[in-house]
Amino acid sequence: MPAGNSGNLNRLHTNVGAVDPVGIEERVAKYTTRSIKGKSKLFGLRLAVSMVDLTTLEGKDTPGKVASLCQKAVNPHEGMDVPQVAAVCVYPSMVKHARKALGDSKVRIASVATAFPSGQAPLKTRLAEVRSAVGDGADEIDMVINRGAFLAGDHALVQDEISAVLEACGEARLKVILEVSELETCDNIRAASFLAMRVLRPGDFIKTSTGKTSLNATLGNNQVMLEAIRDFFLETGIPIAMKPAGGIRTAKQALQFLIAVKETLGDEWLNNNRYRFGASALLNDLVRQIQKQTSGAYQAPYSFSEAAESY
Amino acid sequence: MNRLPITKTPKCYVGGAFIRSESGRVAPLLDAKGQFFANIPQCTKKDLRNAVEAAAKAGPGWAKRTAYNRGQIIYRLAEMIEARSDEMAQAIMLGGAKSAAAEREVAAAVDRLVHYAGWTDKYESLLGSVNSVASPHFNFTVTEPMGIVGILAPQSAPLLGLVSLFAPAITSGNTVVALASTAQPYPSILLGEMLATSDLPGGVVNLLTGQRAELLPTFSTHAHLRALTGVADAVERKALRIGAADSVKRVKLIESETPVDWYEDQHQGLYHLKDLLEFKTTWHPVGA
Repeated sequence: MPAGNSGNLNRLHTNVGAVDPVGIEERVAKYTTRSIKGKSKLFGLRLAVSMVDLTTLEGKDTPGKVASLCQKAVNPHEGMDVPQVAAVCVYPSMVKHARKALGDSKVRIASVATAFPSGQAPLKTRLAEVRSAVGDGADEIDMVINRGAFLAGDHALVQDEISAVLEACGEARLKVILEVSELETCDNIRAASFLAMRVLRPGDFIKTSTGKTSLNATLGNNQVMLEAIRDFFLETGIPIAMKPAGGIRTAKQALQFLIAVKETLGDEWLNNNRYRFGASALLNDLVRQIQKQTSGAYQAPYSFSEAAESY
Repeated sequence: MNRLPITKTPKCYVGGAFIRSESGRVAPLLDAKGQFFANIPQCTKKDLRNAVEAAAKAGPGWAKRTAYNRGQIIYRLAEMIEARSDEMAQAIMLGGAKSAAAEREVAAAVDRLVHYAGWTDKYESLLGSVNSVASPHFNFTVTEPMGIVGILAPQSAPLLGLVSLFAPAITSGNTVVALASTAQPYPSILLGEMLATSDLPGGVVNLLTGQRAELLPTFSTHAHLRALTGVADAVERKALRIGAADSVKRVKLIESETPVDWYEDQHQGLYHLKDLLEFKTTWHPVGA
């Protein structure tokens, strides 16, 4: 690595401020001790449902599978009063099938693009992918940043690429995936957040991860990014939205993330314009816990998922 | 030289680990002479929920084991109890049983496990069937385990009653969440230590201690429990059946009003296995 470029990373750290990882871990450990019961719990669970980006990103996705995902997004559980999710999140080739399945419902379509999950394709190809997804009817685009360029200290390139994707998005909202597990340190997560936020429009998202690596969203890296959003907002007045993705499977975890949002950014961020969960299994558990809250009886997970396992 | 006493903290066996209640509550257990013996965890409905999650996780793997292997493991559990039978007899004597009676109970519990260890690869041949039908189909019925079974152990016979209730459930591949005797919980604590060394996968048998009245409503309404067996009085039986109705649970309860003699042969055998099985019938077309 050329010496000047590692200097770039250092300068960026100095510019946006450092993160105290021990302090972060201590802070987030407190979130897991909050007691949320009764009506507050029900409110939190319903809010979390409305924030879900219901996701399927697998090689084996079919139009039929996407159609049933859309059905679930619009009506998460038959015979229950549950809000719709915020969006479905699919690969670009599935956007047109999702558009057809969703019809005129309010559920938005998010599409991962830019050679998700690695981002290792020529910029021209990545931009063409974004345009095609938007053309097929995507309302939101989830892009990955160029982690190689970031770690090599070529920050202008990272920002230029985000700007180029932003332009290709047109009206569509952009979510910038930092892929935190590949950024190695909390300082880098904060620095990458700032790099992205400085080129984004108000209301665009920064997002933790693709869900395709071993380490995904945690309360810790979520907190680093929330604090970056807070500091950026206090500095510039521009509100940036946040989306943790991957690894959030239970309603209990979702409530803890919402506590982090409430205590770091406040009520302004407690809606699906400013906060989302990228998840697939989470919705099942949220609906299951809502049913538990309303009926009083613990529920079996197989009543809420398509899993064939009946145990 | 005086040594500080090293006393054991009794813990419940859940998901293959030894847990305290999530509530942190304990209740003192007194021995037959009224002396303090130990603090017993007082499990809550959340502990019950966690135990059900553990049982659900262990279930598919346990049900997929070969019948032969399940038999080997249940036999191994019998071996583990036999090897520590003196200690187990002492635990039963805490409740006031005489030494001979306690030893008899341990021996009967070991024998009961050996009995069911023998059944694992045999019951299917007796309960399954090939059925005659008036069409060109090969029609046959096989059994499947129900899933997670809730067990309410009797207040007396703290070991033999508990073993007689959970052994048939696990024999066919069910998993179990059991509530031990509230009055005599210590044998179940000791049994947990034996389960842990028996090769039985963690989560197949989960043993809770605590106040029966607090936990019964959750046992009856938890939708993930597919069946309830145990011993209960008239008031409990009614409440359990009403609670179980919503989730269409199978409920098989022995009346506690008449004394139960757990040593009798009627408390073991094929029909106890049948109570906790689902039957699946398949129509397979055959050439005319």
